[in-house]
Amino acid sequence: MSTDTAAAILAELNAGAMTSEELARSMLDRAEANKRLNVFVHLDGDRVLDQAKAVDAKRRSGAKLGPLAGVPVAIKDVLCVQGEPTTCGSRMLKTFKPPYDATAIERLKAADAVLFGKTNMDEFAMGSSTENSAYGPTLNPWDEERVPGGSSGGSAAAVAADLTPVSLGTDTGGSIRQPAAVCGVVGLKPTYGRVSRYGLIAFASSLDQIGPFAHDLADAALLLSVISGHDPKDSTSVNSPVPNYLAGLDTPPESLRIGIVREFFGEGLDPEVEAATREAIRIYEKAGATIKDISLPTSKYGIPAYYIVAPAECSSNLARYDGTIYGHRAEDFSPVYPGEENLPPLVRMMMASRAEGFGAEVKRRIMLGTFALSAGYADQYYNQALKVRRKIRDDFDSAFKEVDVLIGPTSPTPAFKFGERTANPLAMYLSDIYTITANLAGIPGLSIPCGLTESKLPIGLQLLAPAFAEDRLLRTARVFERATDWHLKRAGVG
Amino acid sequence: MSLTPEDVAKVALLARLRVSPEELAMFTGQLNAIVDHVAQLQELDTTSVEPLAHGIEVRNVFRDDKEGEALTREAALSNAPKRNRDSFLVPAVLE
Repeated sequence: MSTDTAAAILAELNAGAMTSEELARSMLDRAEANKRLNVFVHLDGDRVLDQAKAVDAKRRSGAKLGPLAGVPVAIKDVLCVQGEPTTCGSRMLKTFKPPYDATAIERLKAADAVLFGKTNMDEFAMGSSTENSAYGPTLNPWDEERVPGGSSGGSAAAVAADLTPVSLGTDTGGSIRQPAAVCGVVGLKPTYGRVSRYGLIAFASSLDQIGPFAHDLADAALLLSVISGHDPKDSTSVNSPVPNYLAGLDTPPESLRIGIVREFFGEGLDPEVEAATREAIRIYEKAGATIKDISLPTSKYGIPAYYIVAPAECSSNLARYDGTIYGHRAEDFSPVYPGEENLPPLVRMMMASRAEGFGAEVKRRIMLGTFALSAGYADQYYNQALKVRRKIRDDFDSAFKEVDVLIGPTSPTPAFKFGERTANPLAMYLSDIYTITANLAGIPGLSIPCGLTESKLPIGLQLLAPAFAEDRLLRTARVFERATDWHLKRAGVG
Repeated sequence: MSLTPEDVAKVALLARLRVSPEELAMFTGQLNAIVDHVAQLQELDTTSVEPLAHGIEVRNVFRDDKEGEALTREAALSNAPKRNRDSFLVPAVLE
């Protein structure tokens, strides 16, 4: 393939150098040839070709085309696509076919994009490696012995391996930015409320956001413009105008005051990641940025606050999977363990269905959340976590009075090996130490490739901006992208 | 604080999760490690701090109480694990 970005594909299609169908066929071949990466949970070639042919017909008819006409977009399997399997990486939803489209999917369709398969993920978006998928892990295209990050590992790997030029993921505590960093692509988590969550299978409703993966900022900006905007079906979606992020991308920011978060350079930061981040800061200095040392004193409580708030919301959201309306139901729910014989059959059915349908990490978080909300503990854990959450947001509010954006590493380490962190849930949780506070505060964050380790593993630079300043975030990142060529590096997947 | 296997079994029942004795032992250890980690939240003085449930403040949204489009009965039932022509089927609720 000569084209690996949406912009390049659109140029070829518009010039008549190829058709959407030709492109779709070659990409389906490429997906088949790279099946070992386990990027897709579900990829229906006929459906892909039908959409591509429809775009070609529309193009021939002379009708006005949408901004993504003919561009293949891979979709994280957490987003509902009408009539297509949507598993959320879980056995629980193995046979689930949503009766409606997520709003982000409706918007992609309206933009004439070609939906190109559903990508692998940690079960119910809980994890940082895709190892929690019920359908096996996705391999990192840069090193197939390593994880692609998570939970949107399949969507990050799809772009990194050039299986699609762009994709959609979701980010609840870092699930777009961390896999983007360790797969060497751009990943953007928008402000909470920027993109409708309607049809996004809920994990933690006050934290979840949908966002784009791409090779470069232009493609990320294009995709973000398409999916953003108010939706009456999501009462938390915000009714404020959506700028044309792509059109403004090359306009340098009016002000370039960059804060370096002191707490993001502490213990546990890989020396090669630190060196690449420091080099990125030097590049900004050369570009005329004012660099300022910033402290976010409450950020060290980000992981503990998150691991109360997110499991609490998850325990409530996932209560709906009880084997009655949709999802897995156990065939046999007769009593097995002591005490079960006293439970009514309906309760045993629910308990057995959930035990069979959910994997260990989901069960852990449901139990943790149930505990944190249970009588006698809610004040000590849940309410205290919500107060800490406000302090975390206050830290950001103060920081953004002094600087325009904050910069630091996205992930403390490059991609780790399979199995390295699965035995110890806490070690896995620490993968999100630099990303998690943005979700608690609701602000947008972006990861951009900023280097490779000696063993050729990608490193990501994280930029954070105030709520609804995606425009500033992209334009500030563009200053770095223009000065470097990290966004042009490829994993070299055949 | 420390969670006993009995505490975890109670939480599992509340959460409607059947756990085997082996799982109970594993989850008890893991949940205690996590609860120990989150206990550091208590270090912070949060007197007079208001809890924050959403990073971006959300307001209640009203709409006109008008009938809109709804799923058809068949679409609503299409993913049912067990059903008849027009209902979801579950084990007996009342003895």
